[in-house]
Amino acid sequence: MNRGTPSRRRNRNTLRYGGNRLRYAGIVALFLAPSLVPLTLFTLVPMVSSLWVALHDWNLITPMEFVGLDNFRDLLTDGGTWAAFGHTLGYIAGYLPLVYLLGLAAALALNTALKGRNVFRAAYFLPVVTSWVVVALLWRWLLSPANGLVNHLLGLVGIDGPGWWTDPTWAMPSVILASAWKDLGFVMIILLAGLQAIPGELYDAARVDGTSAWQRFRYVTLPLLSPSTFFVVVISLINGFQVFDQVYVMTGGGPAGSTEVVVQQIYDLTFRYGRAGDASALSWLLFVVVLIVTIVQVRGQRRWVTYA
Amino acid sequence: MRRALLYLGVTAGALVMLFPFAWTLITSITPGAGLGTPDLVPDDPGLDAYRTLLDAMPFWRILANSLWIAVASTLLQLVTSAMAAYAFARLNFPGRNALFLVYLATLMVPMQVLVVPLFIEMRELNLVDTYAALLAPSIASAFGVFLLRQAVAQVPIELDEAATIDGAGHLRIFVSVVWPLIRPALATFAVLAFMSSWNSFLWPLVVIRSPELMTLPLGLSTLHGQFTTEWDVVMAGSVISIVPIAVLYLAAQKYVIQGVARSGLK
Repeated sequence: MNRGTPSRRRNRNTLRYGGNRLRYAGIVALFLAPSLVPLTLFTLVPMVSSLWVALHDWNLITPMEFVGLDNFRDLLTDGGTWAAFGHTLGYIAGYLPLVYLLGLAAALALNTALKGRNVFRAAYFLPVVTSWVVVALLWRWLLSPANGLVNHLLGLVGIDGPGWWTDPTWAMPSVILASAWKDLGFVMIILLAGLQAIPGELYDAARVDGTSAWQRFRYVTLPLLSPSTFFVVVISLINGFQVFDQVYVMTGGGPAGSTEVVVQQIYDLTFRYGRAGDASALSWLLFVVVLIVTIVQVRGQRRWVTYA
Repeated sequence: MRRALLYLGVTAGALVMLFPFAWTLITSITPGAGLGTPDLVPDDPGLDAYRTLLDAMPFWRILANSLWIAVASTLLQLVTSAMAAYAFARLNFPGRNALFLVYLATLMVPMQVLVVPLFIEMRELNLVDTYAALLAPSIASAFGVFLLRQAVAQVPIELDEAATIDGAGHLRIFVSVVWPLIRPALATFAVLAFMSSWNSFLWPLVVIRSPELMTLPLGLSTLHGQFTTEWDVVMAGSVISIVPIAVLYLAAQKYVIQGVARSGLK
């Protein structure tokens, strides 16, 4: 990161071009403009105007009406907002442990001298490169209450399968199941990289000390894997708070609003109810929540993350 | 014994991961799938679903859209990001660090925050329902700048200096010295950019209306709206969506997995 910027280099650059400042400014502009102009237009301007919209009542058609922080106040007193955050947290509470444990199991299994492990690795990873819409449709079909494969198989062993995404109780578990299936390959790859970085001598030494396999896992593998675990948790939480594609396709927030997560609510507020101001306010609320959660984790990592 | 169990476990796992893809294919060639659970080997396989699909939607066009948008946005992001990366790593100008922080800040704002104002902006520019709107947010990538800046910084400065002595300017150094040397990072970033464009859903959903301009994820989701219970048609669309990315993934597997492992982005 800092190899390009020691002062020695800076001096040479300045010396070299000090005589022709205008020309140098032109070169800087030439290199920066291709990214700076689009980033300004399509990210920075929307960022700022989103805050502006959040301070107004606006149905996207009639003129905006300034309301100050009312949108934020309304959101905080609106049961829908709390319900949406509740559903999102429910999703995370199911998804994160499931995807981590499955990913860890796959990583541990593939970190052995297994024949064909590259083939297995490729197979487990395939859903990661598949688009969310494809995966969501596939699982909607697999979990179709009447003719879906899952209930068909359950029927063969005498179990009467639930209504999955048609049933308010089972809709969120359906989304969680599909999400964990899609993302476990991603978690596996990150953890596999972490496992391969653990020096073999540590296991040898632990063996000499007469430890059991469980003890080696608990006192060597888990602590040394903690930086990878930390990374997975941070990324999964960010993605979890922003969950949308699979919900939109599998349930559309239903049934009976049981999977109405925050981003689904932002979408509905804007494009179904024409409440752009509230939607912008809610999206900033979400952003702040994610930011705080991430900062808390980065701060808290000292307690449980071991850097070798 | 333990090895046998291990093999049994990973094979069962692979089956759970791969069988749903086979099921997609089986469903798509089972006429009338959705009225009942399809058989593992269809009695009377047929391509009716694919015909219905292509009558209902310009699906080849949608596939082509997805492909060219992904290729175009990847190339654009590679060039714009690598150039900015060069500026941040090699050029010295006032406010450089502050500007880099601005780039980083845009990285932290999710698409969900941008989607409403961006839609309004596109409406003001009369670009709603155009390719330009689809492409606009992915011309530049702050993440790419961040990733490639590291790579540029690791190119030995002595190479730049040698080229300078030979009379090369910055543009020349960028093109003939730096670009070839950061190729592994470019490949990693290209894979991630391609995947994110290929899979992008929320923005196309918001900004595109006409079927001829849709990308695959959007086309598929509207397809499902039309054929709610005709799963053979929906799965035929899925098959067409999966095949190109699966082929690409198998061909570039090493880069894909490395890219994801390195950056942690999907």
